[in-house]
Amino acid sequence: MLRAIVEPGFWGSSAVQLAAAVGAVTAIVAGCVGVFTVIRSQSFAGEALGDLGAAGGSSAYLAGIPSLWGFLGVDVAAAGVMELIGIQRARGRDLATGIVLGAGFGLAALFLYLGTIYNNTTGVTVTVLFGSPFTLTPSVLPLVAAFGALALGAIVVLYRPLLLVSVSPELAAARRLPVRLIGALYLFAMALAVALSAVTIGAILSTALLVGPAATALQLTRRPGRAILVAGLIGVGAMWLGVLLAYDSYYWSSSHHGWPVTFFVVTLVLLAYIAARARPARGRAR
Amino acid sequence: MNPVFSGFMVNAWLVATIVAVVGGAVGFFVVLRGSAFVAHAIPNGSFAGAAAASLIGVNTILGLGVFSVGGALGIGLLGRRGRHDVATALTLVFMLGLGALFLSFSIEYAPEIYSLLFGEVLGISANQLAPTIGLAVASLAALAVLYRPLLLSSTLPDSGQARGVTPFAIEIAFLLLVALATTMTVPVVGTALIFSLMIGPPAAARSFTNRPCVAIALSVTIALVVVWAGIALSYQTNWPVGFFVGTASAAAYATGRAWRFARRRHGGH
Repeated sequence: MLRAIVEPGFWGSSAVQLAAAVGAVTAIVAGCVGVFTVIRSQSFAGEALGDLGAAGGSSAYLAGIPSLWGFLGVDVAAAGVMELIGIQRARGRDLATGIVLGAGFGLAALFLYLGTIYNNTTGVTVTVLFGSPFTLTPSVLPLVAAFGALALGAIVVLYRPLLLVSVSPELAAARRLPVRLIGALYLFAMALAVALSAVTIGAILSTALLVGPAATALQLTRRPGRAILVAGLIGVGAMWLGVLLAYDSYYWSSSHHGWPVTFFVVTLVLLAYIAARARPARGRAR
Repeated sequence: MNPVFSGFMVNAWLVATIVAVVGGAVGFFVVLRGSAFVAHAIPNGSFAGAAAASLIGVNTILGLGVFSVGGALGIGLLGRRGRHDVATALTLVFMLGLGALFLSFSIEYAPEIYSLLFGEVLGISANQLAPTIGLAVASLAALAVLYRPLLLSSTLPDSGQARGVTPFAIEIAFLLLVALATTMTVPVVGTALIFSLMIGPPAAARSFTNRPCVAIALSVTIALVVVWAGIALSYQTNWPVGFFVGTASAAAYATGRAWRFARRRHGGH
């Protein structure tokens, strides 16, 4: 039975083990951070940071700097500019994100162009946008774990005030909580989590894991603590199933063409969200 | 005659001008409705359509059209009675996931991805001219028809409903308008450029005036200046057009913000 589902060599493959480990850490961090992203309606900021971080990482790589510093630097800077030009107001938030993303795309175009001229590596754009968990090297695992722990730590420290600020900014302001500071700190935690996953598993998967499982969890339960738990579980489940399917897909046709992990994870995440939305009304969040 | 205006460059100027007019006009409503994410997601996701088209060997515009309309409908339907930004994000990543799948089947696509993302306005051929003009006319006609209901529903969401126009119908119509503009512009200028044009110039224009008609005209003017300057500079330096358009759009927005800030300071409260 099990042999029919899992193709030979799956458990023994070190690439699979690494992809599953990094994917699980990323999914847990993304689920935890993502619940607040969804409550605060900041999906666009998450997606923009993923794109910009990836572009920054590849630019740094082409410039000969370790890409880690490229994407962290770009994302922290981008989060700072977004915060500065007004992401804290719901009205101008989309616009602030869009302006930063547009300008960032422009810069990325230039850096990638220059990098391509001097190094002749057009493939780097593709790798960065559509990165694959199967191409990881074991050295990223401690980094992923360290920065993931940092982002999680920030959420734990901020948890109560962040929740109040996200759900009712007026009440938080009335209680003299530093609304803007908390929002900014959260944005930096999100930048950290997003940038890290964008560079390890690709910008697309980073957004998918940030928004999808959290939005699904918030359809299933309204309690934030439980939603974080459910989001983590959905994320890890989608990631592992995606890795398994991608591994299996190699044997689906005689040409031995492996389908990308990204495709499977993204599809699973979307299906989970649609299923949660379609659920009959009991206890459904409004 | 200056080489900037000669030969195939005429096509580039013509197409870029059309793109700026449509982007500046449609962008006014993007900014008014706070739909920057949608304007990012539809062009970016439609790139999967181009990958699919190249894989099965049909016209790129057809692939872009199918995927941008599909994306628009997906965002509209998923976003109904739900969180709009979540619906947009999930539709976008799903389309990009499909794109990753299509790409995995074709091998020699990397340079084309770069030009799809960041545009290759200087490489526009004469046979791209006719479909671009056709789609531009369609976009502007749709915009003229939708102008009043869109404006009404964007500024006073309740009044439209009272007149029998449901917000959902308006939203779908608006998303399809963005899809139309996307299909037309992506093969020419890339996903990044059209996104910048739909956000920066209209946002700047809205800082200068509150009147919709004037704002649209101003937005189109700024977009034209940005694109023309971008092409000229790109021609001189050989750097990508997307760089100049992206940074100039942001600069236009910054100027608008600074102007409004200065006037508020000056006018006093």
